Amino acid sequence: MRRPSLLLASGALTLAAAACAPANDASTTASSTENSTAGTSAGASTGADACAKESLKLTTPGKLTIGTDKPAYEPWFKNDDPSSGQGFESAVAYAVAGQMGFTRDEVAWTVVPFDSSFAPGPKQFDFDVNQVSITPERAKAVDFSQGYYTVKQGVVALESGRYASATSLADLKDAKIGVQAATTALQAVRSVIQPAKDPSVFNQQVDVITALKNKQIDAIVVDLPTAFYVTAAQVKGSKIVGQFAATGGEPEEFGLLFQKGSSLVSCVDKALGELRSSGELAKIEGDWLTAAAGAPELK
Amino acid sequence: MTDGHAAAPEWVKSERQLRREAELRARGRRSISAATASTLVVVVTLIVVITTSPGWPRVQETFLSPEAFVEALPDVLRGFLLNIKIFLIAEPLILVLGLVVALVRGLRSPVFFPLRALAVLYTDVFRGIPTILLVYLVGFGVPALQLQGAPGDPVTLGIIALVLSYGAYVAEVFRAGIESVHPSQRAAARSLALTHGQTMRYVVLPQAVRRVVPPLLNDFTSLQKDTALVAVLGPLEALRQAQIHAAMSFNYTPYLVAALLFIALTVPMARFTDHLAARARRREGGGDA
Repeated sequence: MRRPSLLLASGALTLAAAACAPANDASTTASSTENSTAGTSAGASTGADACAKESLKLTTPGKLTIGTDKPAYEPWFKNDDPSSGQGFESAVAYAVAGQMGFTRDEVAWTVVPFDSSFAPGPKQFDFDVNQVSITPERAKAVDFSQGYYTVKQGVVALESGRYASATSLADLKDAKIGVQAATTALQAVRSVIQPAKDPSVFNQQVDVITALKNKQIDAIVVDLPTAFYVTAAQVKGSKIVGQFAATGGEPEEFGLLFQKGSSLVSCVDKALGELRSSGELAKIEGDWLTAAAGAPELK
Repeated sequence: MTDGHAAAPEWVKSERQLRREAELRARGRRSISAATASTLVVVVTLIVVITTSPGWPRVQETFLSPEAFVEALPDVLRGFLLNIKIFLIAEPLILVLGLVVALVRGLRSPVFFPLRALAVLYTDVFRGIPTILLVYLVGFGVPALQLQGAPGDPVTLGIIALVLSYGAYVAEVFRAGIESVHPSQRAAARSLALTHGQTMRYVVLPQAVRRVVPPLLNDFTSLQKDTALVAVLGPLEALRQAQIHAAMSFNYTPYLVAALLFIALTVPMARFTDHLAARARRREGGGDA
């Protein structure tokens, strides 16, 4: 007696759900048609002055919206404030914006956690600058600008620890190495150092550093500018053991991240190219990133 | 319903009873076909709506990529074994801790006031702290003390945090079970000259534990999922392995792999809980008619 009526009730319930479904559908269709028209019109206007400020398809009209994660670490940003123009990536972002014709007031920053920067669907930023390394797999999901910085990985250990005196990658084989999740440092550790123990992978940079201070790990691997910042400001009594190239072949480069199919990529690439040929990019690098020359090369 | 113990050999169902049963069967069939039809309509509508939506190819590519699935599966599975290990170690410890705390709370003698107060404080504090916070606090706080002999291994620390957190929940579940045993049971036991301890051991606890098995299993289903929180301390468990693959490829399919593995573990547990609950109902209420 009870079962059939229950089934009937659930049937009615699912019917009700079905009645609701088209409403959702309508709203999604509406928003995505908007997108596709945006895409086509952008595609149509790839003329000579397609990169003029007025003709750009921006997330917020009239403003260049740039995303980055929070907290924003030094030396890439200063005092967790991307809008200061201080720190390497902040400076690069403003230089690119300036080259494209935006004044400082016309640049808006938005917080984009790394994990959501590559989420499918409409993005809340025009481009994201967050030390994202360009790889072919990633380029299937998002678009990248040209590289604006060539990265090497740095190894940091406590001066009192066993691995402070390592002189080669082989010396690091038995070390317990910590990295931040979702970074290319992890791949670098796995493919280049190939440690005997699984590396420890933490959510945030601050967790990696805490683990090093607590001696839960022997060494950390981060990109070299961050390594300099870690030893100089974040962990007392730590030193850079050395640096190594993350990959055998192609150099690893940071790129600005765009929504797949963004019409802005070519314009930003053009701006970056101009900054590079004028020597501006090199100057910004010199201003904010310590020369890598001090760190011994690990082989 | 019909085949009870009153089966005298010459008894036959009356005409009316047969009609009644036929009617009930027909009604049941109608309900089932209505439910089936409506379910089919819903499923088909959903599939059509989702797959014809403009973003579908993108969703398919980023969430349902077979290559990404195959690529991530071995690592995520390897990580998942760590989740199971954490769960299997934590579960008995939680049971013991929860039971001890619940028993301490039940002590009546005034001498035990400090212990009772401690038990109350423990449940209040650790049930109040979000589990992930506790994992952070224990995982990074304990090694920072640099004490001799304090564990530094992230998995051990993670297990400690989970045990502390879930121990508080389970203590409350046990306490509820103990308090649900009717006072007359206790009074009867005491009147038989059993001590407080014996009363608990032989009369109250067996009944209490049997009553709280379903909520306990519910907590353990929760624990199975929360083993993923240990990821923040560095070990490569399923969620972290999935995240690593997702970050490498900018594809979300690895998360789906991890989700499926967790479901594969929790669904049997949930069915088992249902089964136990149904059995308890049958035993206590004498059938569900």
